[in-house]
Amino acid sequence: MLLTTRSLTKTFPGAKALDSVDFGLAAGEVHALLGENGAGKSTLIKCLTGAYTRDSGDIALDGAPISPRSTSEAQELGIGTVYQEINLLPNLTVAQNLTFGREPTRFGMVDGHAQRRRAETMLEGYGIDIDVSRDLAAYSVAVRQIVAIARAVALSGKVLILDEPTASLDAREVATLFNVLRGLRDRGLGIVFVSHFLDQVFELTDRVTVLRNGRKVVTENTADLDRVRLIEHMLGHALEDEVSTRARTGGATARPDLLRFEGYGRPGRIEPFDLSVGKGEVLGLAGLLGSGRTESAELMFGVTPAQTGAATDAGGMLDLSSPRAAIAAGFGFAPEERKEDGIVADLSVRENIVLALQARRGWARPIPRAEQLRLAQMYIDRLDIRTSGPEQPVGDLSGGNQQKVVLARWLAMTPRFLILDEPTRGIDVGAHAEILRLIRHLAADGMSILVISSELDELIAVADRVIVVRDRRHVAELAGADITSDTIVRAIAAPDAKPTEAAQ
Amino acid sequence: MRNALRRVIPQLVTLAALVALISVFFPDVLRIEVMDGRLVGPVMDILKRGAPVGLLAIGMTLVIATRGIDLSVGTVMAITGAVAAWSITQGYGLGGALVLALLAGVAAGLWNGTLVAIAGIQPIVATLILMTSGRGIAQLVTEGRILTFSHEGLAFFGSGTLLGVPVPAVLWGATAIGVALLMTRTALGMLIEAVGVNRSAASLAGANARVLIVAVYVTSGLCAALAGIVATADIRGADANNAGLWLELDAILAVVIGGNSLLGGRFSIAASVLGALIIQTVDTGILLAGFPSDYNLVIKAGLVLLILVVQSPNLAHRWYALRRTAREQRKAAMTSAKEPGE
Repeated sequence: MLLTTRSLTKTFPGAKALDSVDFGLAAGEVHALLGENGAGKSTLIKCLTGAYTRDSGDIALDGAPISPRSTSEAQELGIGTVYQEINLLPNLTVAQNLTFGREPTRFGMVDGHAQRRRAETMLEGYGIDIDVSRDLAAYSVAVRQIVAIARAVALSGKVLILDEPTASLDAREVATLFNVLRGLRDRGLGIVFVSHFLDQVFELTDRVTVLRNGRKVVTENTADLDRVRLIEHMLGHALEDEVSTRARTGGATARPDLLRFEGYGRPGRIEPFDLSVGKGEVLGLAGLLGSGRTESAELMFGVTPAQTGAATDAGGMLDLSSPRAAIAAGFGFAPEERKEDGIVADLSVRENIVLALQARRGWARPIPRAEQLRLAQMYIDRLDIRTSGPEQPVGDLSGGNQQKVVLARWLAMTPRFLILDEPTRGIDVGAHAEILRLIRHLAADGMSILVISSELDELIAVADRVIVVRDRRHVAELAGADITSDTIVRAIAAPDAKPTEAAQ
Repeated sequence: MRNALRRVIPQLVTLAALVALISVFFPDVLRIEVMDGRLVGPVMDILKRGAPVGLLAIGMTLVIATRGIDLSVGTVMAITGAVAAWSITQGYGLGGALVLALLAGVAAGLWNGTLVAIAGIQPIVATLILMTSGRGIAQLVTEGRILTFSHEGLAFFGSGTLLGVPVPAVLWGATAIGVALLMTRTALGMLIEAVGVNRSAASLAGANARVLIVAVYVTSGLCAALAGIVATADIRGADANNAGLWLELDAILAVVIGGNSLLGGRFSIAASVLGALIIQTVDTGILLAGFPSDYNLVIKAGLVLLILVVQSPNLAHRWYALRRTAREQRKAAMTSAKEPGE
């Protein structure tokens, strides 16, 4: 093994990002690292490249233990990284970028000739023919990617880590890149390939490691895996949670429709879909990252308004053209990116909980202080929010408790339709089960809830109906006893899947 | 209320220290006399002269709380001052002059707010446009000269007194109290803070971020209009080139000395107003202490630097850590001293 980690663990406040991960990279292989958002991919990479310091566990390179404390130290040891947003300087020439920090000098001045010659040597064997004296900005993203790889290989030369390298490339550019990577593999480099394009994983990689919730699920030869098994590993299917043993009642009983979306869509975001939401129903939305799950939710909440179709309830057409309009229609939305779009970190737990309610009442009618405190205290008790008090800034709480505060904000509004995007992301196990129980409980009280989740067991545990999204289309609808990990995975992995580049 | 008081302790301490420092050179700094039915003394002078920056700082605090900045306030002072002087000379009367000047402030605020909240231009760039071009507008109003007037009613806003207190000081205090009450008694304060900390989250929760952001720039424009009226009334004339020149920077400084973060969020009007008071006390103090006027700016820079360094959160943390280790060392020394005896 070229690079190995043993029981690598990294904890952030409130969540274990990596939980004793064993990972091995051989020389001369391309090793895919897969997992949904928050599975721990980037934390693992950052521990390997010295951007994070691990809490415990060992990292060994060529059998010798290493502890890089910075990316440059990791580079000197032989571990190079190319990130999705390429870390090069587009306003310098290709040659300057390639030799940055190690320019050949003559009489103390940069030797331009030698610099260009060295750059040309570095690019040999990469199959690109470019003028190294031109600005990097003159070239396409694919070329820049290859320049970045050439630089990383020249600097480190043992391990190359690529984080979503194909995210902004077209099919032809991907092919060029893959040729380069295969060439490097044959030269004996170990390559870690992070991507969520499964087709590319099958095309390029030799082995696959899947992470989920900070733990390693499996490492297998790519050739021994098929799509369905791989997705199962990524989304999980072991029904281990107590909540999942819930008796599936009422699945068949017809609920009165609360809302109906017809031909609801927006070009470039999500293809038109029809969806009816029953009163007190929990709907699940399943699909891989980037499949159109979040886009569907944002359409329904007016974050990006729909351009086709209509939403109706018993009273007629609904205006969902903005979040304010959606809130007025009795909708609530707890977004996926809790820190960016959910909490207001500097404000207190109390202020965060009353925020939506206050926004609806308008600025001129403040909620009396006593009432605010009563609401905050009620939800702190009811959702068991761990805080030193209602006046603690929300930013100081753990991820699970922040999520509960966002939930409390919407519960205080008593919405009729609540959209929860990844409500349990980055939350410890205890809080996880609590939130799932709460969802069932709210639905039993008559609230309609849409849950988006990467975790199949979660959807199976709470949803009455599951919509499967693939390539920005709603492709299947499962109900009652049909909701099993097997049926969901099959719908996600359907054989007629379009090439993944289309998902761009 | 107690929290609000605790929030402004650093500013109050700074102010007290400054006054103590000035009294070394000029012992009578706190003396107030009654002369012809008006209060006279250095304190009154500070309150009166500090009015323009104090008024600007009130609006600037709100703008900065939304993660913005308003560089145009000095220029808006010039425009509104010119409008007030022009209206008086055209015979619109006091009421007409005040209304037109305030409307000019509102228009400036709407312009800035629209550029920031709806066009999505960075606040520093958006307000820079009016900052640099606005003096041209003021010159058009004054037709390129210093537009003087003799109207006691308007001059009252610069040099008059109300119950013995200079009118600019009354205006400043009343505006500060009014805006602060508006922020705390309604939900505006919380909504502005929420938009400043995390606009995206606040919008998703239903806060009308656009309207709120336009509103704070309009408030800033209104405050600048009041400051412009005071400045024009004080000199009984509108000087398009020099009225309010560089005062936007003093206003930002006042907000910063008030301990408000330029990154938006939590804000305190009271602290900003004290910040403006501190700046004016430095200015007046240097004069009172009798330093040659060439030294004024250097001394002011030194004092402001000192104030900001002392208030810096990093230093406060160091200071706290230093005191804690000292205490622990003392404790350790005491226990080790006790041990041999036992």
